[in-house]
Amino acid sequence: MAQIQLRELRHSYVDQPAADSDWALKRLTIDWADGGAYALLGPSGCGKTTLLNVISGLLRPTGGQILFDGRDVTDASPEQRNIAQVFQFPVIYDTMTVYDNLAFPLRNRGVDAREVDRRVREVAEMLELDDMLRHRAAGLTADGKQKISLGRGLARSDVNVIMFDEPLTVIDPHLKWVLRSKLKELHQRIRVTMIYVTHDQTEALTFADQVVVMNDGEIVQTGTPVELFERPNHTFVGHFIGSPGMNVLPCEIAGGRATFAGLPVDSVNAGAYRGDGGRLELGVRPEFVSFAPAGADDGIPVRIVKALDAGRHRIVETEHADHKIKLLVPEGEAIPGDTAHVRLAPERTWVYRDGWLVTGKGAAR
Amino acid sequence: MSLELKRITKRVGAETTIHETSLVLEERSFNTLLGPTLAGKTTLMQLMAGLDRPTSGEIWFRGENVTGVPVQKRNVAMVYQQFINYPNFTVYENIASPLRVARMAAAEIDRRVMHAAELLRLTPMLKRRPAELSGGQQQRTAIARALVKDADLVLLDEPLANLDYKLREELRDELPRFFADRNCIVVYATTEPGEALLFGGNTATLHAGGITQFGETAALYRRPADLVTARVFSDPPINTAQVVKRGGEIRLGDFRLPVGQAAAGLPDGSYVIGIRPHHVTPSPVTANAAPIDGTVVIAELSGSESAVHFDIDGQTWVSQSPGIHPFEVGSVARLYVDMDHAMFFDLDHRRVEGAE
Amino acid sequence: MNKTVNQRAWWFVLPVVLLVAFNAVIPLMTVVNYSVQESFGSNMFFWSGVRWFEEVLRSERFHASLLRQLAFTAAILAIEVPLGLAIALAMPRRGPWVSVCLVLMALPLLIPWNVVGAMWNIMALPTIGLLSETLHALGFDYNYTREPGAAWFTVILMDVWHWTSLVVLLCYAGLVSIPDAYYQAAKIDGARPWAVFRYIQLPKLRYVLTIAILLRFMDSFMIYTEVVVLTGGGPGTATTFLSIDLVKTALGQFDLGPAAAMSLVYFLIILLMSWLFYTLMMRNQSR
Repeated sequence: MAQIQLRELRHSYVDQPAADSDWALKRLTIDWADGGAYALLGPSGCGKTTLLNVISGLLRPTGGQILFDGRDVTDASPEQRNIAQVFQFPVIYDTMTVYDNLAFPLRNRGVDAREVDRRVREVAEMLELDDMLRHRAAGLTADGKQKISLGRGLARSDVNVIMFDEPLTVIDPHLKWVLRSKLKELHQRIRVTMIYVTHDQTEALTFADQVVVMNDGEIVQTGTPVELFERPNHTFVGHFIGSPGMNVLPCEIAGGRATFAGLPVDSVNAGAYRGDGGRLELGVRPEFVSFAPAGADDGIPVRIVKALDAGRHRIVETEHADHKIKLLVPEGEAIPGDTAHVRLAPERTWVYRDGWLVTGKGAAR
Repeated sequence: MSLELKRITKRVGAETTIHETSLVLEERSFNTLLGPTLAGKTTLMQLMAGLDRPTSGEIWFRGENVTGVPVQKRNVAMVYQQFINYPNFTVYENIASPLRVARMAAAEIDRRVMHAAELLRLTPMLKRRPAELSGGQQQRTAIARALVKDADLVLLDEPLANLDYKLREELRDELPRFFADRNCIVVYATTEPGEALLFGGNTATLHAGGITQFGETAALYRRPADLVTARVFSDPPINTAQVVKRGGEIRLGDFRLPVGQAAAGLPDGSYVIGIRPHHVTPSPVTANAAPIDGTVVIAELSGSESAVHFDIDGQTWVSQSPGIHPFEVGSVARLYVDMDHAMFFDLDHRRVEGAE
Repeated sequence: MNKTVNQRAWWFVLPVVLLVAFNAVIPLMTVVNYSVQESFGSNMFFWSGVRWFEEVLRSERFHASLLRQLAFTAAILAIEVPLGLAIALAMPRRGPWVSVCLVLMALPLLIPWNVVGAMWNIMALPTIGLLSETLHALGFDYNYTREPGAAWFTVILMDVWHWTSLVVLLCYAGLVSIPDAYYQAAKIDGARPWAVFRYIQLPKLRYVLTIAILLRFMDSFMIYTEVVVLTGGGPGTATTFLSIDLVKTALGQFDLGPAAAMSLVYFLIILLMSWLFYTLMMRNQSR
């Protein structure tokens, strides 16, 4: 197990990187504590897989350092780093049995047979593979194969970090749930540092204690799932996390108060705006928007465009002056007819300047 | 005017991949086939398309028997999970390809391609080749190609499965709009209950090579005919338990639960109940929400929601609720079951009529 | 599973059926015809039953050439398959050298068979040939026109030069199709190169290797042109393989009956052994 630090990490696939866009990773600095569960979350092409390969040692970064427990491993091979990795598609040794698959990394390291047997059985029990140890691994279902990939990492006692590269891609939804739970349970049980790479917010947020949101080779925000949800640092985070994403509305600020389409809107941080120009926007999640009771005329007057039934709630799309405002209405609650007023929760409404959260003195709280 | 499957079956070798199935899809309808991998979604679509012939039974389209009529002779469009485009053609040529095959006049081709490109927001990419596009744009191109054909039947086989979460959300939002003013039947296959719900329209739930139920999506979700359908149409998995109703209470192991609105009219006896995870919450929602205690196995917080897996009476149940409710793994948690939303099934797993 | 039943599809097969008929079935029938008759002069044929078959199967000459043929094919397979695999493993997977290697590898395959024979004939000429001169310089007494051992050495060397490339190209195609993740996983699991070969590359190459072995088996069993050009089957009958023996019988001695019987036996041996190879390797696959 290890603490992992990335120092000014840069990587480019181009020989002579010049333009900003040549960099797949742009100066990343991250500190990950020993035994934590972390997620790298971002859209495809954001650099998360590159970062994963740099950490595992499959790729040497163009610049910067990687430290495991303070030791520089930038030039060390994957084997020397003692990492384990679960890939997007199950990688198993087809000709071997499940048992031999799990034993393979141990045997390669010269672990004696009795210890191999003990560890293989322990891991098989953890992953509920004990009934199939004698089966040929090639005959297993996709989720069984992914368990084997994970098991090869768990069997080793010396693993610094286990990395996951979108490991649930080929798994059916009802099994995704089971496997994700299993993973969480395993982490709580063995406390090995785990890094989980995905584009799926649900997987990232449920798995990790700390999520790193990446876009375009840069870190946009690092935080706990709650922080990312309640206080997105950037409109990108607001949009990318949450389903549907955050409502983003153009606004103006005068006298420490934001106005949207001429209507005053209370927010947490309008007071922190220094009046230094830039594109100003309000961000509020659909979860924090609600219909005003019938007859009340505070809030923003809207026209209701459509309502989608998502089971436990409905996603209602409304419109004011050509700007869409979405909100969630719990199952069983009524939705007003054609027009209504919506209220934005002031303690969850944020002001953004050129995409970034406005911070500093003057924010309420 | 519809697509009708009349008692069709499909056998491959000794294996039956589709058990006897009948289904009527109405003109201008959006239909979702919902079921896990290998439930028979793709096979069913291939039978509908005419790519494959049923072992027995008939397929009728718009009042005509089309059983065994090959796909080339039917006006069918299909979009797959993989992004299938001609790699050497530009986006424009890709979209135009089915029209070129049909020897349509150049002006008409141009009009249709531009219209489809506009609808799918591909206009700026018309001159690019598929390799230069993102996954979402490649799939948009494939959908546009299906659109320009003006097909009578459009089959979408998990078209969003290979896309990023956010792109999936975006395209899912737009998909029904593409087909809104067209004279066609749309069939969409997915493994995700959430997708079926958001599309609305009709849903057929599939399990082990057969359709368990077909009907209006929201109704099917809230009033499944049997436990299998309820299971297929629930993510996270639906909570189930065998209970005994006696007088004014429901006994679930050692717990005594109120009867609730759902089971008010039921005679005493043994039942199986199904309760969706969002009706099991950390605090009572209605008067008929009764407490149960279970040992926490897993606690998942997603930033906006909490999910707790807990053991009651030897089974794992899941609770899902908005907000952050931290639970300690291994501790005993108290959760409230909203009995007004419980579904009652008999011991053969068929839903009990008269409930509600 | 996804096929539509459509009887008209048979029309598409018709040209191939006709082609195969003219190409294979009709000549084969002629041979069958010859094999059961005795011929005198040009147009006189008498029924002879299985006499020619008995004669061929009892003939020591046939036994000897069959044995030589088996030895040759075994040697070829034993050298070309491991060598081809080794070269394929050593070839670069990406970069500018890939195309250079591929072109170099494809070169021998592009040379007509008789030219290959002629080339090696010149190379091995006792007085001026590059090969013989090199071997002489190294102190070997090498003369393939006199020494059966030297003749075998030259014939095998020629075949290895000519055909190993085929095995290389097939294996290379198989190797590059293995996803990177497998190599990465092996690295992470601490697998040594031998383990990577044994547990990843070899299992993933099984189909390709089956095809390579089958092709090399059939081709080497039917080798004719190169050997005839190089050694003419000599010295003596040292390199007279089945096909050479067959031609000598049919054209040299004009014994049409025995030659026809021999070709049929020859054909059946190839068919049988190919089938045997194929089923054995495919059975391994499914196990």
